[in-house]
Amino acid sequence: MGQEISRRSFLRGGLAAAAGLAASSIPGAAAANVPQEETQLATLLDISKCIGCEACVEACNEVNGTKYPQPRKPFPKMYPESVTVEDWSEKQDVMDRLTPYNWLYIQHATVNINGEEAELTLPRRCMHCVNPPCVKLCPWGAAQQLENGISRIDSDVCLGGSKCKKVCPWDIPQRQTGTGLYLDILPSFAGNGVMYKCDRCYNRVAEGELPACIEACPEDVQTIGPRGEIIQKAHQLAKEMDGYIYGENENGGTNTLYVSPVPFEALGQSIETGKGRPHLKAVKDTMAQANHLATAMVLAPVAGIAAAVGKFFKMAKNGQSGAR
Amino acid sequence: MKLHSSDALVTQNNAVRYVYLITVFFLTLTGFGQMPIFKRYYIADIPGLGWLAQFYLTHYMHYLGAILILALTAYMIIDYLLLQKKHMRLTAAGYARGAILAGILVSGILLVVRNLESSRFGPGFIIFLDVAHLGLVITFLIVAIYCLIRKKRWVTAR
Repeated sequence: MGQEISRRSFLRGGLAAAAGLAASSIPGAAAANVPQEETQLATLLDISKCIGCEACVEACNEVNGTKYPQPRKPFPKMYPESVTVEDWSEKQDVMDRLTPYNWLYIQHATVNINGEEAELTLPRRCMHCVNPPCVKLCPWGAAQQLENGISRIDSDVCLGGSKCKKVCPWDIPQRQTGTGLYLDILPSFAGNGVMYKCDRCYNRVAEGELPACIEACPEDVQTIGPRGEIIQKAHQLAKEMDGYIYGENENGGTNTLYVSPVPFEALGQSIETGKGRPHLKAVKDTMAQANHLATAMVLAPVAGIAAAVGKFFKMAKNGQSGAR
Repeated sequence: MKLHSSDALVTQNNAVRYVYLITVFFLTLTGFGQMPIFKRYYIADIPGLGWLAQFYLTHYMHYLGAILILALTAYMIIDYLLLQKKHMRLTAAGYARGAILAGILVSGILLVVRNLESSRFGPGFIIFLDVAHLGLVITFLIVAIYCLIRKKRWVTAR
């Protein structure tokens, strides 16, 4: 039943996204009438349901295997020699962290619930931020955000500079050397492969199908739908279980909302974090600081014009020749 | 050659010119800092230049530079129209640099809009903006160096 509701609202969200896309096919024409709460699809993950069976991980690998890197070897010699080669092609079976060949994995946490020790598991992948820094700060436009809120990296365009990983609050994208466009440009001097991460099965979603991880889950851990609706459900669920939400406001808002029966601070202290293993800390809006300056950019030309006009009148008043 | 009959005007315009040059330098530096090259090529390892590898910082500073260049550009256009046009005219080198600069500003403004949460530019258009912005900056630098070597000024006396 839950899955049916999820599918219905998910398809409705897809239609809203399509309407937004149609309205914005001309560059600059923003689909201002369709709010992001309706166009962007979000997922709700009920941690209390997850049994850590890894069915989602396996489904992800099966469905997205064709998108995984196929590096050319030997890798081109790179300059300077300190440039790191990142090769996961011989470690494709690693499933306990994010890699270019594993876009989703299960994190384990041992926590205390009502005085009893319990193990919680949670699927981790890209959060699909509402205003994703990986997309906005990519210098080539290789990282893209679709109308439905999915952020994905175009492996035909990405040069593997890893900037997206550095600006991602969770260090999600993972690099594979020896593949992609950089090989055809200046492989020794610029670029270093392609960055890979969860694209929330964008091609399946475009066909009206569910992302593989959602479809494969035997416990219905995940629900997908328009962001506004998912936020409401997350709050309702959190209220029912007296729980906590992560992802609603992190980094200014994401399209992945976790609901947990224990505080995320406690979960975050218990999970293993590090390379390829994202944290559960609070995250401020990374794009906000610079975006606040956009207002000043509107006022800047006005200030310049005012200064020039002021100078003109001052010189006119002083009777200097240039003004009259 | 004096830019204007008034000494005060020349002094003011020289001050604006230096602010403009410094702004263009910092915009170029922080703009190139948007690409992951300063760390790779050890430039960020030079004492005092570590900030060039901090993407959020260079991004913020690029925005500050953009605010300054927009104010300066508006000032110089209006100043030219109100005060200088009677005595000076734009040279071909001035028109060329002005046109390239206009392209840089327009593509830059659109990239700022792209970075806002509500923006919905298509992926193809964003790639075009990124490539156009960088390509125009490189063109501008080449033209500016050529003009510097050949002593081609923005304006000349009528």
